Amino acid sequence: MASIQMCTFTLDRYLFGVDVRQVQEVLRTQPMTRVPLAPSLVRGLINLRGQIVTAFDLRERLDLPRRDEHAQPVNVVLRRDDGAVALLVDDIGDVVEIDEAKLERPPHTLRGPAAEVVRWVVQRPGALLCVMDTARATGAVGE
Amino acid sequence: MNDDDIVKEFLVESYENLDQLDQLLVELEENPTSRERLASIFRTIHTLKGTSGFLAFHRLEAIAHVGENLLSKLRDGELALDQPRTNALLAMVDTIRHLLRAIEATGQEDDRDPSELVARLTALTEATPVAAPVAAPAPRTVAPRSIAPAPKAPSLAPKSVAPVRAHVSVAPAAIGAANDPHPAHPAAHPGKEESEEASETKRGAADSSIRVDVQLLDRLMNLVGELVLARNQVLQVTTNLEDSVIQATSQRLNLVTTELQEGIMKTRMQPIGSIWNKYPRVIRDLSAQCGKQIRLEMEGADTELDRSILEAIKDPLTHVVRNSADHGIERPEVRSSRGKPSYGTLRLRAFHEGGKVNIEISDDGGGIDVDRVREKAIVRGLVTKERAAAMSERELTQLIFLPGFSTAEKVSNVSGRGVGMDVVRTNVERIGGTIDLSSRRGQGTTLRIRIPLTLAIVPALVVAAAGDRYAIPQVNLLELVRLEGEQAKNALDDLHGTRVLRLRGQLLPLVRLRDVLGLAPLDEDHVNVVVLQADDRAFGLVVDDISDTEEIVVKPLGKELKGLGVYAGATIMGDGHIALILDVLGIAERAGLVDEARAKSTVESADAEAQRSSTTQRLLVFRAPSGDRSAIPLDAVARLEELRSDTIERSGHDEVVQYRGELLPIIRLPGDTGNDPEVLHVVVCAHQSQLVGMVVGQIEDIVEQELEMYGATRSGTRTGCAVVQGKVTSILDVPTIVQSADIGLVRLRPVADVQPGALGVHTARAA
Repeated sequence: MASIQMCTFTLDRYLFGVDVRQVQEVLRTQPMTRVPLAPSLVRGLINLRGQIVTAFDLRERLDLPRRDEHAQPVNVVLRRDDGAVALLVDDIGDVVEIDEAKLERPPHTLRGPAAEVVRWVVQRPGALLCVMDTARATGAVGE
Repeated sequence: MNDDDIVKEFLVESYENLDQLDQLLVELEENPTSRERLASIFRTIHTLKGTSGFLAFHRLEAIAHVGENLLSKLRDGELALDQPRTNALLAMVDTIRHLLRAIEATGQEDDRDPSELVARLTALTEATPVAAPVAAPAPRTVAPRSIAPAPKAPSLAPKSVAPVRAHVSVAPAAIGAANDPHPAHPAAHPGKEESEEASETKRGAADSSIRVDVQLLDRLMNLVGELVLARNQVLQVTTNLEDSVIQATSQRLNLVTTELQEGIMKTRMQPIGSIWNKYPRVIRDLSAQCGKQIRLEMEGADTELDRSILEAIKDPLTHVVRNSADHGIERPEVRSSRGKPSYGTLRLRAFHEGGKVNIEISDDGGGIDVDRVREKAIVRGLVTKERAAAMSERELTQLIFLPGFSTAEKVSNVSGRGVGMDVVRTNVERIGGTIDLSSRRGQGTTLRIRIPLTLAIVPALVVAAAGDRYAIPQVNLLELVRLEGEQAKNALDDLHGTRVLRLRGQLLPLVRLRDVLGLAPLDEDHVNVVVLQADDRAFGLVVDDISDTEEIVVKPLGKELKGLGVYAGATIMGDGHIALILDVLGIAERAGLVDEARAKSTVESADAEAQRSSTTQRLLVFRAPSGDRSAIPLDAVARLEELRSDTIERSGHDEVVQYRGELLPIIRLPGDTGNDPEVLHVVVCAHQSQLVGMVVGQIEDIVEQELEMYGATRSGTRTGCAVVQGKVTSILDVPTIVQSADIGLVRLRPVADVQPGALGVHTARAA
């Protein structure tokens, strides 16, 4: 049975994962240039070796409480057709191997932004790992 | 290489060849015996047939096969190329292109039945030969060779359409003929020999260039931008070091980086001919459709432009060319009755000038009928009757750039599909270009487009708002104004909630950058205004601070931010921080400035643009106290001030004013009686390192025009006189005026802080 590797990270008290093949690199907190008028989930732009990368705050996307001011979010940089994007997360976790057979559909009772963003759920010892649909995670609410 | 790659390669190559074919066929029609062009077409079709057979595209192969048969007979002189054959061959090219598109989209040929075209081509191939197949070709080919290059010339000259490639392949043949000691005894098969020669040159050209993925070039461009930043940082550090090896190495790094940057920029350049080569075909089809005879001339097809710009002007340019052919050039009978040659000429010209690319599209057609424009503009409610009556011919022609304007009497399927000249103009302006139209009734129309060479690196002004930096492309910039204290209060007026600035008697709407971007407002005792041109009107953007102009590397924003409309991209500053690039048009739109009164100011700004583009001089026109209409070059003007006459003090024989903590000598022009009104208009002039205040009667205008001096009698402060705006005007000589002021008692003021044009723009201070 095929398995996939997941890059895991935490947001508030939840554990999330994205397919490791999508991840270009992980960076600690970067200087950020804000973009006035941008949707609130766009936290700003970062300079990634000369490439301009839009950083999305996943707490904002998931309607989670804001980080406190001194928190140092981590950038998970994802490859995308039109360049790269960064996801701001609380903390980076391990890369874990997941058996594809263990992927379960999220319960249909899941509502709100989480229902848009979470594609699969995996039961792990101690926590539920929510596999994220990255295209939706960086899209505007309701898209 | 797998199958997909082979097919892709085949498609790319075939598309390229087909574009050439269009052009060659149209050229051939006028010069039907050009063996070398026929041979080139034959080769293309032959290659296509071979490859499509190999890749099992049978429809393509079948069409190419019959086309090849016809072409080989044409090449060998057994058949003559006439209109039906040209049409059939063009139809063949179209069908091939259609099939290629289907292959590109689906990987398969579509199921359109080509048998009709095949039959048509076959029929034309089997038609009666024009002459005995053996005898005919000899004289035709011998003749040009025996008289050496001379007769070749006309085949090149007539349209100057011939692309570089054609020149290259013809040249060796012509030279060979010239050197041939026995020109009267050509080789047994001149045609064959010639085609071999041509194919050799072609191979040579192909070997010297390779195909490179555009994405790779873009990536290289990014990396070079990054290298430039790293270089800057290295240079900053090493200037403080004393190690001579490091010094020398970093200098070398500096030079190599600069050259590398230039080289990479060049790889992105493409000749404008890559768009133009579609036009011969377009024009041919158009003339056939409209029953017109049009000759297309092209000059400067090798003028190079950044590919992103080429992409952006492709559609507007095509639209303009079609427009000229459809509406501009008259039918042959009309032309004859007007005493013009029955064929109209459409001329495309491209050239570099002052770091910009100029493209001219001119025709010798009927010109723009200003009466009809006026009528239409009134009917459409674009101008009032009174205003229209007062407009000059030139102003009227500019009206066609207004949205919703079309003078075509009937909407044809050629042009007038709702894409008006306003769209052309908007597209050109979006990439920082300008467009200008001049037309003479009965003699034709010329449209000039000026665009920057590249969009990748542009000069920009860096400003600050709420702690962040923003870049404003210099093309949008008109001037910078800084107001302090009292001035700030006096010059800024509140007009029903909208802030306006009184700038040289004109009301300039003001927009706060902080407001537009939704940032917290700021109240300060001074105001920095960046005067910008958006679309067709000027407005002032209030920013916290203005820092400097810089060459910035434009980087695209992610798709989530493109839709915001207020940013044109982002750039990385020398310190590694990011600055957003403002889209001036977007800012104006967001602030609700663009739509209102658009029609009103269009004409004026279009005029201004046109004038700026030619070699003109900017003048400040005023009334001297004597009543004399006078002007001085605007370059010499630092500021315009209004001073109360009781602030003028005396020091010996000199009049001075305490001005910004300094003494400003006051100069009286000849004929000034000294009977001052309460408020004096003073032009503050800078010359070398001196500032003087010149008392004038009344500021009239700032104009831009070519100066033709009359009566070059230089008398005192006068250089001479000229006709400005239709009125005789004395042109004053600023250096003489400044020198005539006895400034012995006055401490010289450095003028660095007020030097006009210090930022490449005219810096003025509102009165």
